Amino acid sequence: MTSLPKEPPARRLGLVIDLDTCVGCQACVIACKEWNTGGFPAPLTDQEPYGARPRGAFLNRVHGYEAGDGESGQTVHFPKSCLHCDEAACVTVCPTGASYKRAEDGIVLVDESLCIGCGLCAWACPYGARELDADQGVMKKCTLCIDRIYNENLPEADRRPACVACCPTGARHFGDLANPDSAVSKLVAERDGFGPLPELGYQPTNRYLPPRPRRREPADHVAATLEPAAPQGGFLAWLDRVLGD
Amino acid sequence: MCACRCGIKVHLRDGQIRYIEGNPDHPVNRGVLCAKGSAGIMQHYSPARLTGPLKRVGERGACAFQEISWDEALATATAWLARIRADDPRKLAFFTGRDQSQALTGWWASQFGTPNYAAHGGFCSVNMAAAGMYTLGGSFWEFGEPDWDRTRYFMLFGCAEDHDSNPIKIGLGRLKQRGVKIVSVNPVRTGYSAIADEWLGITPGTDGLLVLSLVHELLRAGAVDVDYLARYTNAGWLVAQNQGRPDYGLFLRDEEGRPLCWDRREHRLRPAEDAGARPSLKGEVQIARGRRALPVFHLMAERYLDARYSPDAVAPQTGIAAATIRRIAAELAQAAFRREIALEIPWTDAWGKRHERMLGRPVSMHAMRGISAHSNGFHTCRALHLLQALLGSIDVPGGWRFKPPYPKPVPPGLKPAGRPGEVAPNRPLPGPPLGFPAGPEDLLVEADGSPCRIDKAFSWEAPLAAHGMMHTVIGNAFHGDPYPIDTLFMYMANMAWNSAMDVGGTIEMLTAKDADGEYRIPRIIYADAYFSETVAYADLILPDTTYLERWDCISLLDRPISKAEGPADAIRQPVLAPDRDVRPFQDVLLDLGARLGLPGMLDQEGNPAFPKGYTDYLVHHERKPGIGSLAGWRGDGGEHGRGAPNPEQLQRYVENGCFWQGELSPDQRFFKHANRDYLDYAARMGFIDRAAPVTFQLYSEVLQKFRLAAQGIAGPPPPQAHRERIETYFDPLPFWYAPLDRGDEHLYPMHAVTQRPMAMYHSWGSQNAWLRQLHSSNRLYLGRERAAEMGLRDGDWVWVVSRHGRIKVQVRLMAGVNPDTCWTWNAIGKRAGAWHLAPQAPEATKGFLLNHLIDWLLPERGAGYRYANADPVTGQAAWYDLRVRVEKAQPEAAVSLPQLPVLATPCELPEAPAVLRYGRQFRPESRRP
Repeated sequence: MTSLPKEPPARRLGLVIDLDTCVGCQACVIACKEWNTGGFPAPLTDQEPYGARPRGAFLNRVHGYEAGDGESGQTVHFPKSCLHCDEAACVTVCPTGASYKRAEDGIVLVDESLCIGCGLCAWACPYGARELDADQGVMKKCTLCIDRIYNENLPEADRRPACVACCPTGARHFGDLANPDSAVSKLVAERDGFGPLPELGYQPTNRYLPPRPRRREPADHVAATLEPAAPQGGFLAWLDRVLGD
Repeated sequence: MCACRCGIKVHLRDGQIRYIEGNPDHPVNRGVLCAKGSAGIMQHYSPARLTGPLKRVGERGACAFQEISWDEALATATAWLARIRADDPRKLAFFTGRDQSQALTGWWASQFGTPNYAAHGGFCSVNMAAAGMYTLGGSFWEFGEPDWDRTRYFMLFGCAEDHDSNPIKIGLGRLKQRGVKIVSVNPVRTGYSAIADEWLGITPGTDGLLVLSLVHELLRAGAVDVDYLARYTNAGWLVAQNQGRPDYGLFLRDEEGRPLCWDRREHRLRPAEDAGARPSLKGEVQIARGRRALPVFHLMAERYLDARYSPDAVAPQTGIAAATIRRIAAELAQAAFRREIALEIPWTDAWGKRHERMLGRPVSMHAMRGISAHSNGFHTCRALHLLQALLGSIDVPGGWRFKPPYPKPVPPGLKPAGRPGEVAPNRPLPGPPLGFPAGPEDLLVEADGSPCRIDKAFSWEAPLAAHGMMHTVIGNAFHGDPYPIDTLFMYMANMAWNSAMDVGGTIEMLTAKDADGEYRIPRIIYADAYFSETVAYADLILPDTTYLERWDCISLLDRPISKAEGPADAIRQPVLAPDRDVRPFQDVLLDLGARLGLPGMLDQEGNPAFPKGYTDYLVHHERKPGIGSLAGWRGDGGEHGRGAPNPEQLQRYVENGCFWQGELSPDQRFFKHANRDYLDYAARMGFIDRAAPVTFQLYSEVLQKFRLAAQGIAGPPPPQAHRERIETYFDPLPFWYAPLDRGDEHLYPMHAVTQRPMAMYHSWGSQNAWLRQLHSSNRLYLGRERAAEMGLRDGDWVWVVSRHGRIKVQVRLMAGVNPDTCWTWNAIGKRAGAWHLAPQAPEATKGFLLNHLIDWLLPERGAGYRYANADPVTGQAAWYDLRVRVEKAQPEAAVSLPQLPVLATPCELPEAPAVLRYGRQFRPESRRP
């Protein structure tokens, strides 16, 4: 239906999200909403914003999960937005050409003037990363803040997605994953970053850094119990020794 | 906007907010921003905003108001308040909530002449503040921070998502980058605990036991920094041991009042803080006439080496395995003593001795609400500071560091004003209403020992209530105990809903009438920007602006935003003009002050001293000569700290990104409590009166003085009924006791606590269209195992029953929670109709508050008196002492209970839109569909 670029993009811009550091604070969710409701996909509307069933379009959401019980149990926060797949089914399924992937940087976008709101792309996306704006009748999705990252009116340091700029724990990173020397590629290599559901073959660009193994002990050996200072003479006898001057 | 006080940049397009971002230069947030910060747009454009001053026309609670002019509103308030001031200023109770202008509001109260003033600290974190100020001269959070870049072991106690917000997140991110181990002690594994390397799911209220067990282990192993203790703490000070003598338990002092130690080299008594003193830490010292004394450290060792603090003994109560406690102690010792770090920075100590390097024990800690909101929180927090001191990790590289202007003397010299004789018609108080009593003689009590303040702060009921006790004001005013008041004046405090213990009872007290038809609390003035639940109960509403429409100030006189590297303060400038008839509360307060003729608010000709309002005050008000609200760019613009008022000061702040930050030189940045160059700097800046070392008070003589008074040995004695309580809880060394409101543990076997979600940090954001989509209702979270025992499944409805009441709520099951604890998000539940939400909003139909279950008084004990549900030392509200049982509810309507009658809107508010299309106006024409 809609074609992907013939060649792999020269640059593969994307996010690297550190699940070891994300505390689930939702800062990125709202920063994304804030920037984008007035940005490229403006507006991201909300239905019944003050009513009984408030719901709106968000291009990024964070879900919390518990895994395991007892000592090995963990709580993981999982931020979810478009992963800008190389084999983007949301593009190939699009009947109008509204969904497309850019050859120059790999970003997947929606041309709203062509979008008929059929919802096929949302159905095709295995990651649940697209949202139909119920008011506007068109599909909305993460643009990697395309109107920030190339925006020459912004200081160089601010030319990164809103979700990355705001992240209080520094769990979100942005860069070119096609370049093995980029900071994000190095992070992925060091930390065994992964793209979710690789078996489906969509080749997502974004990467997640898995939670590090939880350390029950510091790196070097620590005894399980401290030895008594002065087994015979007691604590105050020990004090005599250390203060013996 | 909240107590995190991040720097923000607000970008406007065509007069509307395009976006808000963090200021990358700002010391607090370094460019990052939380969800609430970014959602500020919706905070500003909320349809729940009040539109103009209101006068009540119906019964209280009916929410029937008439719109009035500011002239009428201010004239009304002035008439009410002038009469009180001329008669008995105590009849004004002025209490503010989460605002950040306490330097102004406290001063205003003292100029009015009422002692009945406080902000919300009494129900928030006074245990942390007071324990810190009475031990270290600083405290967690606002007055100190971990050395995030150097620490090698970090422990977080009772802090899931709360204070402070972005700095903790930034810090945790840095620890993660460096691979530093994070241990979180918390009954619930969410938020920060979720990313900790080790989560200790402690039983609520037992943190003090865990901490003292760690102390036990460290002492047992001799894994303590004896040099640090001898030099920087009172571990070597001698404590008089002759029971029954008036100095029993007090420090041995010389004729000049200097505390003494036994010098272990010279074998003689000498002032403990002398240069070159080598205090002995053990052994009894015999003094003339049969007097005996022991060093503090000896007393500590005797107490904490006792088997009752052994890991095996505390494991069952804390829910933490003994082996885990032993291992954590070993890890602390290893990090502190085998992985010490040294900065090659020469520095000079307070006694003139030069040190070639700064030696650090890189263990750091942070603690907050989970410690604070228990009736044993003061001692638990002191125990934490004791643990830090034993490890030698306070204000050292890698440890926990003071933020200037802290440390201050322990305790600070400021005493609360409002004693008998200090309150008189048409007269200001001789000092501020809040302060730090140094003994029973500083209490605010009448000759018969009864409280001077309406909230009973600084009375025998809560002697060290340094932040006041807002949670008792309405109840005490209702009961006329200790006396009736005339006007309750509140700002930004939702006391008819989520800030009240026992919501229903509070509403009854707010609406109760005497036989003559007068309200028991005759007049209520309330200032808020939004239609909160409390609006319904006020007689006069003074509508505030949003935070984007007014000047604000974060002052060193108040709750500064300093970093360990230097002091800092900040302003906020308005970016939008109000589009309705609302005024900044600070302007209104100064206007009222001038109308009342309060001293300092009129000039010599009798005209308002600050005609332009708060900005005038910020620039020109001086607390002491040369010291004002803002420390930066004083005098001719080149003076910082002290200096004459500078008319250009605010402009200079604006040019600098709305903040000022001083920078300590590298040799001043650690050991500030005993660093000569830092102390000299602090005295020059006006942070402290004189450059003297601050010795950490592990043993608190202040507490012992109260105990001696209670024993009838020395000092003004408390009334008989309070003696046992004072004697018990004013232990000069930290100890653990079970939370006071234990009730029947068989009837109420579970603990119930709350957390504030990070997206609504220090606020209640349900009027915010974006934030409420994250949390539009709350559930009661329960551990799977207990739920299975009770036959509960996810989504079931249950009754939660306390000794005080019951609520019906929906459960969600989880793994990461202490098995005997249930919890929920705080302040998500809203009263139907409030906040201009649809009455069917999930906040009202499914959301709920635990507050209904919490009694503001403890059960009657002994002579019929009921103490506040609070810490007996500080009066801190004991929210987290709550015990409940959970019972499956019969299937019926899926609505949380209780449901209070729907609130009518107080005035004509703009219609809440059915669809919000914010941002459509910013889309270029060419791209509009």
